[in-house]
Amino acid sequence: MDQLDKRIINYLQQGFPICVSPYRQVAETLGIEQAELLTRLEKLLADGVLSRFGPIFHAEQMGGALTLAAIKVPEQRFDEVTDIVNAFPEVAHNYARNHALNMWFVLATEHREQVASVIANIEQQTGLRVYNMPKISEYYVGLQLEA
Amino acid sequence: MIDDLDYQLLAAVQQGLPIVARPYLQIAEQLGLDEQQVIDRLVRLKNQALIKRWCVVVKHRPLGYRANAMIVIAVPMALIDSIAAKIIQHSFVNLCYQRPQQGERWPYNLYCMIHGKDRDTVLQQWAELQQACELSQYRSEILFSRRCFKQRGAIYQPKP
Repeated sequence: MDQLDKRIINYLQQGFPICVSPYRQVAETLGIEQAELLTRLEKLLADGVLSRFGPIFHAEQMGGALTLAAIKVPEQRFDEVTDIVNAFPEVAHNYARNHALNMWFVLATEHREQVASVIANIEQQTGLRVYNMPKISEYYVGLQLEA
Repeated sequence: MIDDLDYQLLAAVQQGLPIVARPYLQIAEQLGLDEQQVIDRLVRLKNQALIKRWCVVVKHRPLGYRANAMIVIAVPMALIDSIAAKIIQHSFVNLCYQRPQQGERWPYNLYCMIHGKDRDTVLQQWAELQQACELSQYRSEILFSRRCFKQRGAIYQPKP
């Protein structure tokens, strides 16, 4: 990854135009050719630096829900429980963390009322309690990471 | 309000926009729409805030962000908004939420995320935050991630 890749990533984390030739517009702002931008984006996606290039939905506005949940997983069952939890399409991401509550995942459901049933299903399939920690207030979200 | 076509459109773009000169044209062709309809609808969905942001989603680790810390703090409810207001002044804090306490063993109600390049830097930032926001008096824990199994956006199915 060189300086230009970093500029592309930092710029595109701020947003992307919705117009007939969006990449041309971005390329012009960055002072490069459109073809160069397309080639580099393909490579950054292929290399796994970028995971996706598109919309971030507002789950609640869509009628859905997001929540953070955690489980205390016995170490010897960790891999097995990971497979069970990750098999749910509603699990958007899942992190192992250094705590007794060692598995932390985000659920994104299409409808608000599905959160409870997904949690119940996970509890049933794992035999473990799921701690549900939905947000009460959002004070700040700024996920841009400087490349 | 959004209609079935909006759902189809959101389903078509959610996995990512094609990397071609006219990406919205390609999506329009998939759905049997014309390009301008796709653009108009997406602009409207963005204005309606159904699409929060339209941008690249980076993976943390390839960019060198190897330390991902979730900090949880138990603060008095009467002070939570003012404490959060101080915390978010710090640019290294990526997220800050209030979440429900879960009894005595998990009394935390304020959550912050710091994505940092390495653990020492994040610990230093946490120390700075504790001092600047007078957090040392409260119970808190810092949970670093050991492994990330899954990282993607939410997936929506088109309405039948």
